[in-house]
Amino acid sequence: MKEYIRIASGQGYWGDLPQAPYWQVTKGPVDYLVMDYLAEVTMSILQKQKSRDPKLGYAKDLLSVMEQILPIIVEKNIKVITNGGGVNPGSCRDAIFELTKRLDVKGLKIGIVYGDDIFGRIDGLLNSGVDFKNMDTGESLVAIRDRLQSANVYFGAFPIAHALNKGAQIVLTGRTTDTGLTLAPMIHEFGWGESDYNKLAAGIVAGHILECGGQSSGGNYLKDWKSVPDLARIGFPIAEAYPDGTVFITKHNGTGGLVSVDTVKEQLVYEIGDPKEYITPEVIADFTSIRLDQGGEDRVKVFDMKGKPPTEYYKVSMAYSDGYYAVGTLTYGWPDALEKAQSADRIMRQRLDDLGFEYDEFKTEFLGYDSCHGPISPKQAELNEVVLRVAARSKSFEAVDAFGRQLVPLVLTGPPTVTGFGSGRPKLQEVVAYWPALIKKSLAEPKVEVIGN
Amino acid sequence: MKKVQLLKLAHARSGDKGDTSNIGLIARKPEYYPLLKEKVTIEVVREHFAGICRGKVERFELPNLHALNFLLHGALGGGGTVSLRNDAQGKTLSTALLRLEIEIPDELVTG
Repeated sequence: MKEYIRIASGQGYWGDLPQAPYWQVTKGPVDYLVMDYLAEVTMSILQKQKSRDPKLGYAKDLLSVMEQILPIIVEKNIKVITNGGGVNPGSCRDAIFELTKRLDVKGLKIGIVYGDDIFGRIDGLLNSGVDFKNMDTGESLVAIRDRLQSANVYFGAFPIAHALNKGAQIVLTGRTTDTGLTLAPMIHEFGWGESDYNKLAAGIVAGHILECGGQSSGGNYLKDWKSVPDLARIGFPIAEAYPDGTVFITKHNGTGGLVSVDTVKEQLVYEIGDPKEYITPEVIADFTSIRLDQGGEDRVKVFDMKGKPPTEYYKVSMAYSDGYYAVGTLTYGWPDALEKAQSADRIMRQRLDDLGFEYDEFKTEFLGYDSCHGPISPKQAELNEVVLRVAARSKSFEAVDAFGRQLVPLVLTGPPTVTGFGSGRPKLQEVVAYWPALIKKSLAEPKVEVIGN
Repeated sequence: MKKVQLLKLAHARSGDKGDTSNIGLIARKPEYYPLLKEKVTIEVVREHFAGICRGKVERFELPNLHALNFLLHGALGGGGTVSLRNDAQGKTLSTALLRLEIEIPDELVTG
């Protein structure tokens, strides 16, 4: 057994800093690189791609990263774990194998984890009594069934560890918990079992610290952001994990950013509910048990984590179409910037009203004035400029289209000294809404397959 | 007693889960934590966010991190991809909380 392993975060979400994965595998020693390529509604985009071409449905950005790092990870024996497999991990694997031919890389084993995609099973499950009740509203799925675009179960760390046990050097999954990506190598290397709740909690906490990339290593650091050195070359976080569940959070020497008790604290409180009940497929972690200690420069010891048995359910993430929306902005300059922007908003609304259009929501905000803090904002008097931001949502395509066409004309038919219309008519987009539900674990089995090139 | 803005006593980060904003409030120094616990109550936060938060406010304690976690339900205009807000995920609500002023003992040194 290794004395410890170093797990590096390469991407916190689909669209994170493109340089990060390459930096992580070249600027210092790592054993694992974990990358998150899925946002909440990414799966619906990938399903659409797959329905147009059965060979698609995975995060294509992953291939450009692989092109950069494949020879390096093979040479240094770095393992890669990512959910970039999307709704087609098998196809993603095939594409990477194609890459190995082009880059003349031999002896690569790729594991895939699938079975999370239950889109094709929905009707059968509904008929058998699974209601997929919305966790926030309590509504039954039947209400939006005909508009459903994707449905994926959140599997956790154990299927990934299973793939690693079978010798996979790259593991591609579909929908997986972000924390599971980081916990899996610990289970594999240290032999943690399903009842090792305290250790599993430790891995989950490490995963939570890593899952937003630079946000725990000096990025978005509110306490003292000016003191963070060289953010341009920010070092993404690395979890140095030990068999007993102790974890040190650190980053590569010579990189920018900051890893301190305070940067880690800010990440720990991010996106949590009841801190005693942080629920994952493996364990319920107690965030009030975490202890932190600055163990050196850019090195924080995270220890004493406690956990208890998990629930009987997996979370299911589902996406459905729910109308259309468009957003546009115009910039008004001094003098009377705010008044002009307010007047322009009233004119636009009046015109759409005269045309007979109605909206589920029509939102107006004044960026630079009070859009961040709303009524809590102290009101500034003499603005140099203000950005009028208008957004409309409706089930009617026609209504949102009409909205888009009414914005730019304000420049020549409304209040004066307005600019920032260069991007033209606001883009009409589909609303893809999110439907969170639960499913009994016995109804969704993860499948693991490992093959070599 | 004197009035002090929370920004001097704490730092924070806000996140989102659907239409709920979570704001983690962390004491800048461990000795400020009891004061935050005493003064930054659910009622105070509910009143502070009255124009923004349409649902209930919850509060949880993390004494190990000298932090409080607030959940503001119905604060994000529907949340996620449904919200039309510029700040659909409430990334700037952390500092909205830090604008709150509380009364602290005169002898407590801040800043």
